[in-house]
Amino acid sequence: MTQRMDDAFAATRAENRPALVTFVMAGDPNFDTAKEIVLGLPDAGADVIELGMPFSDPMADGPAIQAAGQRALKSGQDMKKTLELVRLFREKNSTTPIVLMGYYNPIYIYGVDQFLTDALEAGVDGLIVVDLPPEEDDELCIPALKQGLNFIRLATPTTDDKRLPQVLANTSGFVYYVSMTGITGSALSNPVNIGAAVKRLSEHTDLPICVGFGIKTADDAKRIGADADGVVVGTVLVKAVEDGVTANESSAQIADRVHTIVRDLAAGCRASR
Amino acid sequence: MTSTANSLRQGPDETGRFGLFGGRFVAETLMPLILDLDEAYKAAKADPSFQEELDYLNKHYIGRPSPLYYAERLTEHLGGAKIYFKRDELNHTGSHKINNCIGQILLAKRMGKPRIIAETGAGQHGVATATVCARFGFPCVVYMGAKDVERQAPNVFRMKLLGAEIIPVTAGQGTLKDSMNEALRDWVTNVDDTYYLIGTAAGPHPFPQMVRDFQSVIGRETKEQMMEAEGRLPDMLIAAVGGGSNAIGLFHPFLDDPEVKIVGVEAGGKGLDGDEHCASLTAGKPGVLHGNRTYLLQNYDGQIDEGASISAGLDYPGIGPEHAYLRDTGRVEYVPIMDDEALEAFQLLTRLEGIIPALEPSHALAEVVKRAPKMDKDQIIVMNLCGRGDKDVFTAAKHLGVDLQQ
Repeated sequence: MTQRMDDAFAATRAENRPALVTFVMAGDPNFDTAKEIVLGLPDAGADVIELGMPFSDPMADGPAIQAAGQRALKSGQDMKKTLELVRLFREKNSTTPIVLMGYYNPIYIYGVDQFLTDALEAGVDGLIVVDLPPEEDDELCIPALKQGLNFIRLATPTTDDKRLPQVLANTSGFVYYVSMTGITGSALSNPVNIGAAVKRLSEHTDLPICVGFGIKTADDAKRIGADADGVVVGTVLVKAVEDGVTANESSAQIADRVHTIVRDLAAGCRASR
Repeated sequence: MTSTANSLRQGPDETGRFGLFGGRFVAETLMPLILDLDEAYKAAKADPSFQEELDYLNKHYIGRPSPLYYAERLTEHLGGAKIYFKRDELNHTGSHKINNCIGQILLAKRMGKPRIIAETGAGQHGVATATVCARFGFPCVVYMGAKDVERQAPNVFRMKLLGAEIIPVTAGQGTLKDSMNEALRDWVTNVDDTYYLIGTAAGPHPFPQMVRDFQSVIGRETKEQMMEAEGRLPDMLIAAVGGGSNAIGLFHPFLDDPEVKIVGVEAGGKGLDGDEHCASLTAGKPGVLHGNRTYLLQNYDGQIDEGASISAGLDYPGIGPEHAYLRDTGRVEYVPIMDDEALEAFQLLTRLEGIIPALEPSHALAEVVKRAPKMDKDQIIVMNLCGRGDKDVFTAAKHLGVDLQQ
């Protein structure tokens, strides 16, 4: 397992606060701006970075992340460039874990073995692949774990106690609890249940439990972070990029928009306990 | 029976695989639903009352069996093999799509999931879904690409008349692939009460198997009717493939009859050298989309291409996983037919037999036109005439340079 991931959660635990996990799309709206955004995330308060691998058909994502992927692809982003972005980040930062998140087909077409080799070499710490449930573990999960990459699984409200052990069996790094059924970017439906959900998961695993889907404000982060080991934020950051693009802003201005929100969310995390 | 260890009819396995293809590549939120569906389908298959109700509705609601028609004038015109049409265009709602919808709506009823969602390309599956929803009193939401809403206006109106809510999809290029994404997004959101009534033999397991089983009534009837008419099996089967449900329905009961040659016809669009076609089996490569591994039109980076075809029903960059398997095993030959060839066949059949075919089976027909003259007069081709062409009259007029507004 990559030490970076364990260290990151050990550090936030020591500070008695949830980790802030930030999602941005690689190559959105273009390679250079995305690089500026990603490089500045740790200083803004991100503890873990989820980097989206753009895909033409993101069937679990809402309109904001769909659009982010489209912008990235339009600007010429591909898997090679996404791994390049990780490598450039690693030149400047050796402590913040990076998790690549996306769908299986671009990895499958890149070639699973080649992808794992190149991802490790670039400095990737883990993978979240939305359309690979435990039933398909032989495809990527098992090979990734063998190579020493974390394979982070999504657990959802539909994952019942009977299924949970199977979902957690080959999960490492952390568990990503999807706080509701639905696509990314929807409104947070029933936040009061999250404490109970985290408790249910923690009865089955010692891994850190990060909660995502629907978290938009520092206040959301504060509330969710009271129970969870980490909060995952994505749509609101991706929307900031969209706003910057719409306003015709420079790379620095767009990155600043994202970092400002991350600082705010980080403050929410610090105030959560 | 020919069912042996070497049978091509045994798939899929427990994991939903047909060889390398198929599977269950879905988000965790959907996984428990897919497993439930699998269980429910197995239980339904084992329940004689389910089959009884299905048989009754097939006969009295859809109008099955559909006729097997000897196309005498077309046969004479082409001067070779005898041509038979399996006339699934005579079904209630005008295509084979209803065979699957009636089966799945019975399953949805059994599972207590009253809200039905569906994707549609040409609108045939949307109409069939809206029809069975009206028949069973279930609310129905149909996702349809904005581009298809425009080019299939008559079907959009039919669905609305039947009480369905149509949601035009503008994401991506606004075609069938994008409406499938949207339907999956709906399903992942409304997991408790919603049944996704998928229209083709693709998607995560058990959909490809289930849709095939419900469509296989086409092939089973054909076998019986052919024995009755000719006392033997046909020499060749030909059907159009988009996602591939009508084709697998005709082909499946014949897979273990090696004397029957089987041909699937893909949409070649404007030609395979550009990117305006939907020939995923001829020009695509294996990848993972919409819950299954299959042949896909995609670029070097695994990004899915948009297909293009004159026929909205074939406008899909993938193909059912069983077809991918049948391609790789060599049991079925898949060939492309171009837009203009299909359009020519469309007119030919209209004039020679007084049947206006849909543009989808017009592709199969164009292949019949190529093959029949090269075959002996005592040989037999069965083509699946899987849809009628009323819905395509506007499209055909446009391509033939006729302005219906004047």
